Amino acid sequence: MRIRTAGVVAVLGLALAASGCGGSDSDKPAAKESAKAAGGKLVIWADDKRAAALKPFADEFGKENGVTVEVQAVSKDLQTNFVTASQQGSGPDVVVGAHDWIGNMVQNGAIDPVQLAAEQKSAFNETAIKAVTFNGQLYGVPYATENVALLRNTALAPEAPKTIEELVQTGKKLKAQKKVQEILCLQAGQNGDAYHVYPLYASGGGYLFGTTANGDYDPKDLGVGKPESIAAFQKIAKLGEKGDGALKRSITGENSIATFTGKKCAFLVSGPWAVADAKKANIAYDISPVPGFAGGKEAAPFVGVQAFYVAAKGKNKALAQEFVTNYVTKPELAVALYRAEPRPPALTAAFDQVKSEDPDLAKWLEAGKNGQVLPAIPAMAAIWDPFGKAEAAVIGGADPAKTITAAGKTIAGQIK
Amino acid sequence: MSTSLSGSGPAQQAPGRGPVRRGLPRTSRTARNHAPITATGLAVKVVLLGLVAGIAIWAAFPLVAAEHWVGLGILAATTAGLGYLYLGRRHIPAKYLVPGTIFLIAFQVFPVLYTASTAFTNFGDGHRGSKDDAIVAIQTSSVKQVPGSAQYSLSIATQGDPTTGALVFLLGDPKTKEVFAGDAGGLRRLDPGQVESSSLTGKVTAADGYTVLNIGQASVRSKEITDLVVPTAGGAIRSNGLTRAYEGRAVRAYDAGCDCVKDSETGRTWTADAQAGAFVAADGERLTQGWKVNVGLQNFSRVLTDDTISGPFLGTLVWNFAFAIASTGGTFLLGMLIALALHSPRMRGSNLYRVLLILPYAMPSFAMLLVWRDLFNTDFGLVNNLFGLGVDWFGGSWTARFAVILVQLWLGYPYMFLVTTGALQAIPRELTEATSVDGASPWQSFRAVTLPLLLVALSPLLISSFAYNFNNFNAIYLTTEGAPFPADNPTNGATDLLITYTYRLAFGAQGAEFGFAAAISLLIFTIVAVVSAVSFRRTRKQEEVYS
Repeated sequence: MRIRTAGVVAVLGLALAASGCGGSDSDKPAAKESAKAAGGKLVIWADDKRAAALKPFADEFGKENGVTVEVQAVSKDLQTNFVTASQQGSGPDVVVGAHDWIGNMVQNGAIDPVQLAAEQKSAFNETAIKAVTFNGQLYGVPYATENVALLRNTALAPEAPKTIEELVQTGKKLKAQKKVQEILCLQAGQNGDAYHVYPLYASGGGYLFGTTANGDYDPKDLGVGKPESIAAFQKIAKLGEKGDGALKRSITGENSIATFTGKKCAFLVSGPWAVADAKKANIAYDISPVPGFAGGKEAAPFVGVQAFYVAAKGKNKALAQEFVTNYVTKPELAVALYRAEPRPPALTAAFDQVKSEDPDLAKWLEAGKNGQVLPAIPAMAAIWDPFGKAEAAVIGGADPAKTITAAGKTIAGQIK
Repeated sequence: MSTSLSGSGPAQQAPGRGPVRRGLPRTSRTARNHAPITATGLAVKVVLLGLVAGIAIWAAFPLVAAEHWVGLGILAATTAGLGYLYLGRRHIPAKYLVPGTIFLIAFQVFPVLYTASTAFTNFGDGHRGSKDDAIVAIQTSSVKQVPGSAQYSLSIATQGDPTTGALVFLLGDPKTKEVFAGDAGGLRRLDPGQVESSSLTGKVTAADGYTVLNIGQASVRSKEITDLVVPTAGGAIRSNGLTRAYEGRAVRAYDAGCDCVKDSETGRTWTADAQAGAFVAADGERLTQGWKVNVGLQNFSRVLTDDTISGPFLGTLVWNFAFAIASTGGTFLLGMLIALALHSPRMRGSNLYRVLLILPYAMPSFAMLLVWRDLFNTDFGLVNNLFGLGVDWFGGSWTARFAVILVQLWLGYPYMFLVTTGALQAIPRELTEATSVDGASPWQSFRAVTLPLLLVALSPLLISSFAYNFNNFNAIYLTTEGAPFPADNPTNGATDLLITYTYRLAFGAQGAEFGFAAAISLLIFTIVAVVSAVSFRRTRKQEEVYS
């Protein structure tokens, strides 16, 4: 019996030793590899599409400089995952994402400002630089801009409408002729969509945040709930289900592009991401700015910017800064990312390079000319949900004044 | 083995205490000697214990690195305890109970305790880390380039060995073509004769007495490079990547004396507020970067006192119960009816029907919920198109509630059908035959015999199904997202369950508020726990009656 116990202990000791070896085994190859590459490691997080486009350039950067570059695709909730991981010290060195994440990433101490020389800054589209500036500091290096515009099926509607009323008239005529089912495909859904309806809201005279003296958005001056916003929503209500029927809650993010490419509506309000589908469906389309209300202000879409950020708690910050400030600022990378997904490059040189091969690009930029930079302040997070729901309620026939006042109250209560 | 032990126990206990004490070890030894020790059993034991030890070693390194001595102590004690328990020959019951207990503690008790402790903090976006983290973030994010200062080209060099030698910044001024060497001691101008530099960028490529590192070599020492600050009169020269440097100055600095942050440009100060976990200025303005603090009962009192939260709470609770009862009860009724129909011996082809009926259960519910959401679309949805209706399903409170329950019914009945079929087959047919001999109608026999026996078997499943549906986040979030919302309250919709409502409050606006979410979770936990406890107690009474 004693022998058996001893045997068990001996075998256990062996197993222990083996597991111990297993641990050190996994360390050894890493050490060897880094000795071979003789350099540090850079980890980049991006979403699926961009990760694939970045890969060859990251590899090239690694080869040129003798470092290891790892591009990791995070397909869902990139921002949340990044903030959480970086808090625990397991985050990447560089992250790629939309500029309206900046406010939240800064308040969680997840990203550092980047320092660009004046001549580097001037190579970018001015709006893009403005978008990544937060509290007077530059927090990211932009590479692409995006905004919504009006796509129209030129076979059904040859002329670009100048006002929304004109659009509704054309749409109603086409509907009466049974050529289309819907007047306008502008996604709203049961709970609204603040991003897509914003051009109309701005045209009706509404605003979200006032601006401070230095041009930043001011969270203390909330425009939702003010008389201008009520007036804007009264105009939107006229387009709604109880009015012209141009805006409908049944048109959602899932079906709006498909309805347009299925030739069931002649007009679509969407961004550059819709173009690929339209091309696939062989639709003759044209892009023009979203029209505003007759006699109203110009319809201003949100301008969003995609950018590279340096993680504050990355393990290789110096290399991350090198990559973001000196490598991402090269036009070649911006052109490659454009080919992965056709959003207008933020670098003027890159934009000029691809302009000739894609006539749509200039039109997107034109449509975003009057656009407003999507606010990156953390208070913006409080807008989306209540604003969208108010929009849905108004489209469904609720009283604009009552609805928007309540939405304004909810938003103000959530802004700390 | 255990039966032979307990069987001999009472018989031996009869003579008195003394002999039992001596007698018992002998019996247990004989019992053990009868228990076969196989090579496989031994191998499994060795492998499992080896795994435990391996995992313990794997987990110990990060704990040591983070200096979590309490955690390390718990780990060591648990591993030693497990080793003692399974290498020894005693404590047979414990050998069965311990693994389950450990899993229970790790996956049930610990999360509940962690949630409870989070509920008393302001943990959330803007308040994730410690105060020191916030101070570091505030200072680094306030570094600005000194106006009018030069942008230097940077070469990283060492004195001596590239991997260990002291780091030096070799800085080239592109305008004046001057070259400097900088380290923590300050800047020194280098003699132009001693350096070689690129004529294009002014970047130093070689210098006497220094080893210039390439990017690969430099990137290994990233942390030292980022930390190296060369003091100058106007601020400090910092690296910006590995090839450029700039003269910058942290505009905001923390002063431990006044426990505040001072801005040297504007002269403003923000004083630390330990209650709010933020630096607050005299006029109430807060710095964006805050830290995690204990807020006591504030999260709980917010649930009770905030009108927008406590106002709709009761209505949501009532609908939540209605939803859970309708989902569980509806699926049970439908599933049971089908199971009874297919259980009838007169039914032909029942196996084929069974396969067809289980299909909804085989499809992933995530995808099905999204499909159902689109089926209920007013203009494009199949439901309206098929029946020629124009119902705005998710637009009206009652139609939306009806729709989500309908979806639940479709998703849930196959499960109830499966378990009822199983339970029915365990009820002997003689019982129902006996009732029909006694002259009972089928309904009477079902009421008096089949249903009670079914409920004995299925009650625990119904209770767990109720608890699951009570918190069925996906069923609502993937279909209506809580819609429709009243025009004057965008935070609480007609189909909102407490869990979706909580999610919106805690994560919907202003980023994540984990502390607040934890507080509401505890309230929901209490409600579900009370309901389950009451139900289980009643079930036990029922079992006593029927078994």
